Amino acid sequence: MIRIKRSMRILAKNVRDCLGILIGLGVMCIILVCLTDKFATSSNLFNIIRQITINIFLACGMTLVILLGGIDLSVGSVIAVSGCISAGMVTWEKLPVPLAIIIGILCGVAVGSLNGFITSFTTISPFIITLATMNIGRGIARLYTSAKTIAVLNPLYTFFGTGKIGKIPIQLFLIVLVVAVTSFILNRTRLGRGIYFVGDNEQAAKYAGLNVRKIRFFVFLYSGILAAMAGILSTARTFAATMVMGTSAEMDAISAVVIGGTSMSGGRGTLMGTVIGAVIIGVLNNGMNLLGINTSWQYVVQGVVILIALYIDYIRNKGGLIKFLWNRRIK
Amino acid sequence: MNPMLQMININKSFATVPVLQDVSFSLLAGEVHALVGENGAGKSTLIKILGGVYSRDSGDILIDGEEADINDVPSARSYGISIIHQELMLAPNISIAENIFLGHEIITKLGLVDTCKMEEKAQEMLDGFNLSLRATDKISQLNIAQRQMIEIVRSISFGAKIIVMDEPTSSLSEKEVNVLFDAILRLKKSGVGIIYISHRMSELDVVADRVTVLRDGHYIDTVEMKETDHEKLVSLMVGRSMETFYVKHPHFSEKIILEVEHIKSGSMVKDVSFTLRQGEVLGFAGLVGAGRSEMMNCLFGLAEVETGKIFLDGNPISMRNVREAIQMGFGMVPEDRIQEGIFPVQSIRYNTTIEVLDHFLGSGMYNAEKEYELAKKYLDEVLATRYSSLEQTIASLSGGNMQKVIFSRWLLSTKRILILDEPTRGIDVKTKADIYRLIDNLTEQGLTIMLVSSELPELINMSDRIVVMSRGYTTGILAKEEFSQEKIMTYATMEM
Repeated sequence: MIRIKRSMRILAKNVRDCLGILIGLGVMCIILVCLTDKFATSSNLFNIIRQITINIFLACGMTLVILLGGIDLSVGSVIAVSGCISAGMVTWEKLPVPLAIIIGILCGVAVGSLNGFITSFTTISPFIITLATMNIGRGIARLYTSAKTIAVLNPLYTFFGTGKIGKIPIQLFLIVLVVAVTSFILNRTRLGRGIYFVGDNEQAAKYAGLNVRKIRFFVFLYSGILAAMAGILSTARTFAATMVMGTSAEMDAISAVVIGGTSMSGGRGTLMGTVIGAVIIGVLNNGMNLLGINTSWQYVVQGVVILIALYIDYIRNKGGLIKFLWNRRIK
Repeated sequence: MNPMLQMININKSFATVPVLQDVSFSLLAGEVHALVGENGAGKSTLIKILGGVYSRDSGDILIDGEEADINDVPSARSYGISIIHQELMLAPNISIAENIFLGHEIITKLGLVDTCKMEEKAQEMLDGFNLSLRATDKISQLNIAQRQMIEIVRSISFGAKIIVMDEPTSSLSEKEVNVLFDAILRLKKSGVGIIYISHRMSELDVVADRVTVLRDGHYIDTVEMKETDHEKLVSLMVGRSMETFYVKHPHFSEKIILEVEHIKSGSMVKDVSFTLRQGEVLGFAGLVGAGRSEMMNCLFGLAEVETGKIFLDGNPISMRNVREAIQMGFGMVPEDRIQEGIFPVQSIRYNTTIEVLDHFLGSGMYNAEKEYELAKKYLDEVLATRYSSLEQTIASLSGGNMQKVIFSRWLLSTKRILILDEPTRGIDVKTKADIYRLIDNLTEQGLTIMLVSSELPELINMSDRIVVMSRGYTTGILAKEEFSQEKIMTYATMEM
C-alpha cells in the first residue's frame, strides 16, 4: 500500500515537473478544437501519431544522449543510411525483409558505435564527433543510392509504415514499445541511473566507481539504433528511400527534448517531458496545417515555442540550479 | 577609537525563517576582525547584507559614524566595501591589469580604454604588494593563491576601506597562506579594516585581533583574540564544552589486513610502505603535495600502481578500477566534496544509494520501498542529517550535510576499509563532532579506517597510529605514545 502511494508520489512529481508543458499542450488542443472541426477526429489524431513516430524514436535516444551531457547530430543521417540501405536490400538485392531490416539496423549500430567509441575514449566533444559522422552518413547514403530514389513495394516492409492493428495504426504500438523500453532502461537499470550521474558530475561518477566509458558507449549506440529503426519506419511509410530523407531530423529531436525540460548541460530531465515535447511539436504542425498557415510560419512558431519552453525552465530554476551551475563554472 | 563600521541590531528572515536576530558587529580601522560560527550560524547572510546582496529587514549600518544607505552591490562598493568570495571572480583569459580595472577602466580623452596606463598602474600596485607578477600576464597562468592576491589588489584599486575575506585559505598551501598573511598585515597598516571568516582556529591566532561568534542567527560574544583560546571559542560556537568533541577508543586487533610495500605511482607517490591493522584508525599526515591523496587513489583503483605490492589478508591484490576496489571491500570519501563527491542536481536519495543500486534494481523490478528505507535509515539514524525531503537536490544542502550524504553512500557499501580524505574540511564544528563520533562507532563495528587530514589536532586525537609522508615517501610511522605536532612536522618536512 505504501509502495503504491510512493509510486503515485513519484508519478505526481513527474507530472508536476512537466506541468507547464502539459498545460501548454492542453491549451493548444482546446484552441484547435474550437477553431477547426477536423482536429478532434480519429483520423486526424491517428495522422498526428503517424507524423510524430519518427521524432519520438529519435527523441528517446536523444534524451539519453542529452542527459549524459552530450548531443547526437548524426541521427538524421542515420535515417538516410538505414532507410536507403534496407530499401536497397529489399528492392535491388531481393533479400528477405527481416534480413534487410536487420542490415538497416546494423547501419545504426555501426554509426552509434563509432560515435560511442570516440566519445568514450577521447575528450573530443560529441558535438564535433557527431557533426563529422553526420556528414559521413549523408555521404554514404548518396554513394549507395547514386542520388536515386529507391522504391519499396514489399507489403511486409511497408506494413511497418502503413499497417493497422484493428483500427489503430501500428505506429501507436511502436511508440508505446520504444517509450516503455527507454523508460525501463532509464529508470530501472543501473546503467540508466548512471546516465544521470555521469551527466551531472563525471568526475564524481568516476570516484563512485561507475564505468563511465561503458555508459557513454551504450547511450550513443542506443541513439544510433533508434535512429536506424526510424529510418526503416520512414521508408516504410512513404514507400521510398532517398539520400535526403531525415535531413535536419536531429533538430526536431533536440527540440522535443528541450521543450520537455531536459537540461542541455545534462543530469536533469525526464523521458515523459520529451514525449510531451514531441507531441507538442506534432500537434503544433498539424494544427497549423489545418488552419492553412504556411510552412514558413510553422518554422517561426516552432522556434518561438522552444524559446518559451526554455524561458519557463529558466524561471523555474532561477533561484537554485542555475545559480549553482553558474558559480561552479566560474571556478 | 571610533569604529569605521557598525552594524546594529540587524534582523533578516527568509520567508518566515529568521536567519539573523539582532546581530551587531563593529570594525575598527586597521583591525582584522574574525567572524566565526558553525555553518548556518548566519555569517554569510550578515556579509551579504553588508555587501548589498541581501537587504536587511531592520537594523542600521553606520560607516564612520554616519548612516549608510546600502541597498545593492554598487552602493555597498561606493562606501568602500569589498567582498572576496571563496570562488574567485576573475576572468581567466584576460590580463591581470584588465582584471584589476574591470568595471572602472582608465579611459583616454577619446573615450578609448587606455591599456598602457592601466598596465602601468596595475604594475605599481603589484610591486607595492611585493608580488613578482607582470601586469600583462593572463589570470589563467596564476595559481589560486596568486589569483587571490589579484582580488585583493583589485579591491584596493576600487578604493576599498573594508575588505571581507570569506574562507580565504581554504584552498591554499601553508606557504601561500603566509603570503596572504603578509598582504593582510600590509592592508592593516594602511588602515583598511578586514572581516575574516574562517573555520581554522590556528589561523585566527596569527591574524585576528578580535573575534565575534555567531550561533543560530544570534550574536553570542566578541572577544579579544589574545585573551581567549580555541577551546573557549569552540564552546562559544557550539554552545557546549570541548570534552565531547573528539571521541576515540581503541578497537583494533593485532591482525594485519592490508600491507602496502614500496608503492610507486606517477610523480607524486615515490615509495610508500605501511601496514593496516583490523579496526584501527590509521592517520596520514603530510604537507600539501606529500602524495597522500594520490596514494589513496592507488588503493581505490583511480591511479595505476607502477611498482610495489599490495597485500590484502596476505594475498597480493591489484585494483584496475574503482569497481574492483569496492568489491575488495574498500570505500572512499573523496577530498573534494563538490568536484569528486556530489551529483549536484540529483536528489539526496539518488546521491545516497548510488553504490547499492543492485539491492533494489537488480532484477529489473524496482523496489522503491527498500531504497527509501535504506537511504532514510543511514541519513536519519546513523548520521542525523538535516534535510526536508529525500527528493530535494543535494546542492541545496549545507556543506556539512552534503558530507553526511556522501558518508551515508559509503557506509551503505563499504565492507572493510574506509578511506576518509579530509573528511572535515570546510565543515562546521557540530558536524565535525558528529563525524568523529561516527568514526569511533565504525571501528567498533569492525570497519578499518584510513584518515587523511591536514588538521593535526584531528589526526592526533582520532588516530591509533600516524603515517607521515613527505614528497611521495613515507618518512615516519608514529605510535600513539609518540604523537606530537612537532614530531609530525619534523617527519613531514624531511627530505629523502
